[in-house]
Amino acid sequence: MKSRTFEYVRAVSLDEVFAVLDEYGDDAKILAGGQSLVPAMNMRFAAPSILVDVNGVGELSGIQLDGDKLTIGAMNRHADVLNSADVKLHAPLISAAMPYIAHATIRNRGTFGGSLCNADPASELPACAIAVNAQFTIKSSTSARRVSALDFFEGTYATCMEPNEILVSVDVPIANDATYVYFDELARRKGDYAMAGLAAQTTIEKGKFTSANLIFFAVSEMAVRAPAASEMLLGCRVGDVDVEGICAAVANEITPFEDLTTSAEAKSHMMKVLLRRALVAFGEVSA
Amino acid sequence: MSAKTSVTITVNGEILTALVEPRLSLADFLREEGLTGTHVGCEHGVCGACTVMVDGATARGCLILAVQCDGREVETIEGATKSERLKDLQDNFVECNSLQCGFCTPGMVLTADELLRQNPSPSREEIREHMSGNYCRCTGYQAIVDAVELTAKQRRGEA
Repeated sequence: MKSRTFEYVRAVSLDEVFAVLDEYGDDAKILAGGQSLVPAMNMRFAAPSILVDVNGVGELSGIQLDGDKLTIGAMNRHADVLNSADVKLHAPLISAAMPYIAHATIRNRGTFGGSLCNADPASELPACAIAVNAQFTIKSSTSARRVSALDFFEGTYATCMEPNEILVSVDVPIANDATYVYFDELARRKGDYAMAGLAAQTTIEKGKFTSANLIFFAVSEMAVRAPAASEMLLGCRVGDVDVEGICAAVANEITPFEDLTTSAEAKSHMMKVLLRRALVAFGEVSA
Repeated sequence: MSAKTSVTITVNGEILTALVEPRLSLADFLREEGLTGTHVGCEHGVCGACTVMVDGATARGCLILAVQCDGREVETIEGATKSERLKDLQDNFVECNSLQCGFCTPGMVLTADELLRQNPSPSREEIREHMSGNYCRCTGYQAIVDAVELTAKQRRGEA
């Protein structure tokens, strides 16, 4: 349970990070919070030759409101995102998800960007990023690009990032008065990986859904949208939704997989439970 | 074997300098310095036995590298005990029979201490939620929750 040996470099600027990534490619790993990487290395699932520690890279920090978007730097600790008044006000779905991420001690070190780049199918932030239509800013020594959340995630532990790239920050379109969110997950114990989860962002105006984004996670290789079910909500009165019809639509478009702890049938059932809870919650909105 | 680096870490108020391999965890570093109150359990962050304080916040000692702590302030259960700031909590652990083998106890105490600093009036549910990252194989947890709840009540002047 000890990792293999490796070199260690502490970077203080993005240029220093790029120098390592350009030289070592996928033999290098970025060390941010270390709450996923270090366990993997201790279990020898990962054995990079060199770690570049980005905890001191200023360009990765900060939570900034910039017009109609909230920019969250990749190095923000989960604890800081959880306690941020700006995130609570402008990105309420992310705020709602934060307490579900692991445990308090893990949240003291683990980072927003690290969780997204790790792309664990059972993790909360990828689903939230998709639900809020986040945009990811990714840089290398030779490029800077923006990728939508939907395009960022490619599969279990897989993202569109190249070995020489780093996630710098994520832009979240800010919530408005019509934004209503729901987040919940089912796990055996608080803080365990989710067996099934739902991140939902909607707009509700004059008592009706005017937009809906239902994203399920922990049920397949990556967080997955339920487009037909989301579409079905449009125009419905929040207190008068065909709950079983929506559940059937979700069952039709998402077939969950089986993982180490939970069967596909159990996940299907859990998805319905979460969806019903969400629709009940939205049904109580008076707007 | 990779080259060793020099690190300077303030541990329990004392400045320690050592040559370490990058892969040496903070938990192992501390234990090799004789501070064996920090325990190594799962080494992948889930059991909480390795919990220490880094710059005033709890951290998994098994998931932080010693090299990352260069220039940082670390407090172990030994230092926290010496400071007496959690004496009431520790006395209540004894009073409530909240430990048997004691392996989880340093992590439990440091984690509970952080909870009470953030929330002086936690419900039993909130205590359980916050402590859910610390595993105990002996006590069945109730007595640990009792000790944390009792400490909170006493600090509020209610017991």
